[in-house]
Parts: sequence; C-alpha cells; structure tokens
Amino acid sequence: MMNYSDTSIAAITPFLSLENVRKTYPGVVALDGFSMDVMPGEVIGLVGENGAGKSTLMKILGGVTTPDTGTISVDGTAHKGLSVEGSLASGIAFVHQELNLFENLDVAANIFFGREPLRAGPLRLVDRAKLREMVAPLLKRVGANFSADTQVSDLSLAQQQMVEIAKALSIKARLVILDEPTSSLPIAETDKLLDVIKGLKADGISVIFISHRLHEVERVADRVVVLRDGMLAGTLAKRDVNHDQMVKLMIGRMLKEREKASEAARAPGAVALSARAIRTPTYPARPVDLEVRRGEILGLAGLVGSGRTELARVFFGIDGSLGGTLELDGKPLALGSAADAVAQGIFLVPEDRKLTGILLDLSIAQNISLPNLPAHATRSLVSASAETATAEKQKKNLGIKAPSVETRTGTLSGGNQQKVVLGKWLAMNPKVMILDEPTRGIDIGAKAEIYGLMRALADAGVAVLMISSDMEEVIGVSDRIAVMHEGRISGILDKDRFSQENVLLLAVGKQPK
Amino acid sequence: MSKKDLGLLILILVVGAIVAIINPRFLLPINLANTSNLIGLFGILSIGQAFVIITGGIELSVGSLVALLGTLFIDFIAVRELDWPLAFVLIIVLGAIIGLVHGWLITRLKLQPFVVTLCGLLIYRGVARFYTADGTAGFAFGQNFPDLEFLTAGRSYGVPNSFIALIVIAIVMWVVLHRSVFGRYLYAIGKNEEAAKYSGIRTGRVVMAAYVICGVLTALSAIYFAMYTRSISPASHGQFYELYAIAAAVLGGFSLRGGEGSLIGVILGTVLLQELQNLVNLLGIPSSLNFAVMGGVILIGVLVDQQWGVFRARRQMVDAARKGAVGAAAE
Repeated sequence: MMNYSDTSIAAITPFLSLENVRKTYPGVVALDGFSMDVMPGEVIGLVGENGAGKSTLMKILGGVTTPDTGTISVDGTAHKGLSVEGSLASGIAFVHQELNLFENLDVAANIFFGREPLRAGPLRLVDRAKLREMVAPLLKRVGANFSADTQVSDLSLAQQQMVEIAKALSIKARLVILDEPTSSLPIAETDKLLDVIKGLKADGISVIFISHRLHEVERVADRVVVLRDGMLAGTLAKRDVNHDQMVKLMIGRMLKEREKASEAARAPGAVALSARAIRTPTYPARPVDLEVRRGEILGLAGLVGSGRTELARVFFGIDGSLGGTLELDGKPLALGSAADAVAQGIFLVPEDRKLTGILLDLSIAQNISLPNLPAHATRSLVSASAETATAEKQKKNLGIKAPSVETRTGTLSGGNQQKVVLGKWLAMNPKVMILDEPTRGIDIGAKAEIYGLMRALADAGVAVLMISSDMEEVIGVSDRIAVMHEGRISGILDKDRFSQENVLLLAVGKQPK
Repeated sequence: MSKKDLGLLILILVVGAIVAIINPRFLLPINLANTSNLIGLFGILSIGQAFVIITGGIELSVGSLVALLGTLFIDFIAVRELDWPLAFVLIIVLGAIIGLVHGWLITRLKLQPFVVTLCGLLIYRGVARFYTADGTAGFAFGQNFPDLEFLTAGRSYGVPNSFIALIVIAIVMWVVLHRSVFGRYLYAIGKNEEAAKYSGIRTGRVVMAAYVICGVLTALSAIYFAMYTRSISPASHGQFYELYAIAAAVLGGFSLRGGEGSLIGVILGTVLLQELQNLVNLLGIPSSLNFAVMGGVILIGVLVDQQWGVFRARRQMVDAARKGAVGAAAE
C-alpha cells in the first residue's frame, strides 16, 4: 500500500477524516476498516468496481446512514456518524450522477430553490434582482457561459452539471462530492467540467471525484483512493497515479483466479440474431453490427450510458432502428413492437424489473401467463387451472420461493421477482434471450441460480445475450464478450483474451492488450 | 364479490332503509320501477365508461354523445322514416366509429384522453344543436313503434326492460372484464402499461378496443334515453351524464389511475347514485341541492375508502413489526 506524503499539506488539519469505518448490512460487509483523509483544496479520485463500497461511503458522508464502528472527523471534531443536517452544515455537498434539476425553471430558480430571497411585504414575492445578484458570482466560479435566466431544458448536460455544482457551492460547500459526473458527457463537455474542478481546488474547496473514466481521474486527481470489496485497496499519490496502477488495485488478485477458472471455448452454433448497421435513437450516428450465436452466452459489457440497453430495446422491438437490418436465423426480421419480437421467440428480461419486468400487483401465475395468455384460454376465456399449471411448473423449475403461485409478485424478494420474469419467458420457447443486468440487486445464492439457468438455456441451443456491468459476471459467465463504448461496439473478445483489464480498456475506448 | 362491493351494497341497503322509514312511498312499485329504469339507462352508460377508466383513460364526451346519437336516432326513424332496426344498427356503428377515432387519437397520436374527449364533448354537443337548428327532435303526433317502445321503455312482469337489458349487458361484460383474455389485458395495461408492453401485449389495440366498447355502450344508452324522453332538445339532453358515469365508477371502487375496479362495483355505484337522486325527491330536499348531495356522498365515500386503506396498511406494518419480520434492506 502506498502512502501520500505531501509535505506542504502535512501540517494542516484535514477537512474530513474517516478512521476505521465499518458498515455492515445483513449478510454483507459493505465497508471494512476504511480510513481516508481529505485535505482542504485537495481533489481525491475515488475509484472501484461496482459493489466495492463507494455508494455506502457516499451514504455515510451524506448522513443517510451511520457506520457501525469507526469515527468521522470534520475539521478535527470526531463524530460517530453524521446526520443529513450535520453533513449539510459541515459544508459537504453532493452532485449526483442523475441530475436533480427542474428543467422547466431557469438557472437562478434552480440554484436557490426553496431559499429564494423575498421582497418585503405580505405577498412573499421573489426578489428577482437580489436573486440574480446572488447567482452571478456562483456562475462565474463554475465558469458558466450561460446567463442566470436560461431555462435549464435549454442547457447541455455539462452546463446542467455546472448548475448542480453552483447549487452545491451556494450552500457554502467546503467539500463537493461528484458521483460519476462525466458518465453521460461527451468529451468536449467533460473538459469543461474538469476545468471547473480545478477552479474549485484553487478556491480551497475539496473535491471527491468518483468516476469509472480512469483517464479523467488521472488528469484531475491529487490523490486516488481505490476501494475493493469494501476495503481500502490502496492510495496513490499524484506522481503514482496512472491508469495501470489503478486497474491493478481495483482488480487485485481476483484477476488470475478468474482467468484460470475459465473453461475451454465451446463450439459456436449458427448465428441466431444478427444486427447490421443498427442505429439506436440514442446514438443515431453510431451503426452497430453484432451477431449472437445459438448455444452461446454473449456478454455485452460497457460503461453506464454506452448504449447497451438502447440496443436491447431495438432487438426487442420497443424502439425502432433508424437504419440497418436485423435477421433471425438468416431471415429478415421486421419488428414493429415487442409483441412482434415475442411472436418470433425473442425475449427480454429488462433492466428495470419493477417498472417493466413484472406487474407488481398481479400474482406470480398471472405474470407468467401474461405474454402467452391465449394459450392459457379456451374460447378467449382465461383458464385459471391452465395458468396455475404453467406457473407451478416454472415455480418448481426455477425454485421460486413463495407461499403459492397466487402470491402477489410485489411481495417477493428481488431474486424471486427476477425468477418470475425468467419464468414467463421460459414457459414459452425462447430462440434469443436478452438479459439486461439480470442479477442487479439480487443476493448471491439467487445469482448463482440465474447463471446456471443462462448456461442451461445456451446448452439447449438458445442464443443468450447478457448485458452486465458486473465485471466478474461478464468474465465468469460469457462465452464471448462484446464491449460497447459511446454507442458503438469497441471490440469483441474471445475466451482466450478475457481479462478485466481488456474489458475495461475497451469500455473506455482504448485497444486491449 | 369483493369486500369493497359488499360495503357499497350495505350502504345502499342502509340508505334505502332510512329513506323507506322516513317516506314509505320509496317502496311503492311505481317508484321502484322508475328508479330501476333510470338505473338501467345510466348503468349501461357507466359500464362503457368503466372500460375506459380501467385502462387509466377517461371519456368525457359521453353526455354530448347521448344528445347527438339520440337526436340522430329520432331523426332517422321519425323524420327520415328508416326501419328502426336499421337505424338502431346505424347508431351503434356510429358509436363504435367515434370510439375508434378517440382510441386512435389517444394511442397512435399520443394525445391525452382528457383532451381528446373534452374536445369530443364540445364538438358533439355543437353538432347536435346545429343538426336540429337548436330545435327539438321528437315524434310526430300518432307516430308509434310498438316493438321498439316495448324493448326500450316497456316492462316485463313489472320490471322495466331497460333494467333487464342492463342485467344482460352486465353479465356479458362481467365475463369480458373478469374472465376473458381481453379483460386481463385491460387490467394489466391499467396497472402498468410499460410492463404490459414488455410482456408482448399490443397495448395500443387493447386501449383502442376499450374506447370502441365505450362508444357502443354509449350509443345503446343514447337510444334508450331517446326512447325514454321521446323528445330531445340537444342543448340540454344528456348534459353532465359523463360525470354521472365517472362518479358511478369511482363510487364503485375504480381508480382513475387505472387497473382497479369491478363490474359489480360500477353497477352498485350507479344504483347508489340513483338512490340518492330519489332520496332528494322523496325527502323533500330542494332539487337544486341534487348535485351537492351527490358530490358530498361521493366525497365521503372515497374518503372513507382511502382512510380505511391507510388504516389497514398501518395495521399490517405494526403486525409485521411485532412478528419481528423487519428485513432491513441490504443495499
């Protein structure tokens, strides 16, 4: 483990100091023995894989949750934990990945929402002039090139980020925590944002910059803290910060074990689903070519926002393609709706289980029969016994834990809900099965079962396309891995070239080794 | 019958008993026959509305449609002297087409149901008034249609045929809503249209079909209303009927967000509304207070239902906590 030893700041009290922080949830140790310091005016890059403990750390700093043990010191005063108010009062401000702006209001109204200066008098009218006066210096500090009365919906994403940062500054922030601020920004906009971070540093404000984009971390961070499995994997001082060092610490020793565990490559089957020059509505200028073969699990990796889900929506007929062609088993495929895809045996287990995967108010049986209801009916009348029979079969097959198939799916655990989504497709005959983040928010036991199911499907000759942001999952489960970067396929890895490093490199748009 | 429906039925019986005690004329055969005739007419209209509400939509134009289609029906048979079965079919088809257009505008052109049907409300009322030049559509002296009159305004064994028609329609629509594949699709779409779409349901077609059903049932009730009043002044005929239909559905346990409600519920809702109308007349309450009484009862009904739901949810939570089944979410 490396240590920072910058003599110029060694004498100053850190603004924030975490010592031996531990946080557990039932069955999971989210953070363990974690310590870090944040100096005034220091930019800290915080990196780590999904599930490494970054969000738990954010929750502790935001006062949303308190650690089980350990201390948090702000300005030298030790606390057991922060409250939401305490965090705010200490000057800790968050800029989240998802922007929390009112798009229909202007910039000034957003920054001081709920804290508008009022004119004297009983009408409590907003003092527009005063408001503009208060907003001007904040906008100047973030280097805004737009005026305070611009409507937020007219701003670019980077400009909206600036508004968020100005909002953070308006509470006299001393530490600004940026959570994946650049994940949805194009390159040119990212540069502007990094300049803003440098500006904050110059004003003596500390910054914690969380990002998967390692080259940005490299450019802006004074020090990088790497989290792995809830523990501090290492700290890199400015001169040691480089891409390879970070990746090494993020992955740790897991890498080699995984590679050994990978099995011999399987004989690939015929191409089931083939996409040629498909252009999704999100990335209309980035045509995608992709082939999914029968009997394989093709992993689709990439950063959040790289266009994977958008591609899946086109394959499933939810969105139309703006060009290109789709083929199923060598025959042209025209999809006008999800119903068309389902009729062809192309099924999707969507990313957002609760919004699109299942109907929470319906029973297990009703959810499973829904896509194939006419087959469970005689003369258009639903046969409850046929529904129950299908559902019982899937319940047994998948090991869905529920009192009965009449149980409302809303009361089930995440893993069991996901099994219901799988069950409704397994009850029909899948040709192509697309799974978007199939194990997100699911406990480890259910995860293993879902991996087993995907493998069984592939062995039965189904073409399986698995979108996943979980690196271990992608490498452990896939037969081939396609990686997306900003809307295009940046590379396809065969089994002998599987490594977390290669996937990461392709995901950030670089060439693999 | 769900608990909700049962509660509504008990309310209807209690109100009925109180009215009967205060004014025994409530139970006279003639009063019961009149009231059940009105229940029949409004019930058919309300079932149509219920099919739209279950999808999360709303149909505001039904009152104006009752005026327009009723005017046309009387015009067809009394002035243009078409055979009444032909006129009957024409009006039903017209209702279906109007429903289809509404459904098309809502599902294909993505207009909001409220906006589409509000425009319908204005347009059909205007067209109806223009068609009769703001006059009254009615039958000439001595014009008789014995078969039609028997079917619509007649009685069998003292029971109004309109009420019998409602029972028949209610049974058919109960099967459609609660037992058929289409009915299941309606509920699924009302609960969560996105998830239904992701399950491969052609949601647009199903929603369109709901508006067609509403159009057809509205057309049918328009004919019944026309034969009941026998003369129509399009400026006022059917005014506010859309609100009666919506109120019946809401009283019957339908959620305007969609996905909730039963056919028995909407029938009971209609019964309660007509009982309240009757109550206003029989108890000598000034008829100008009619709407206020209805509004008050609906408000109290919905409030009690909602508070009861909150109470039950809270009790369940307390029970769960007592059993120690507090699973802290691991994130």
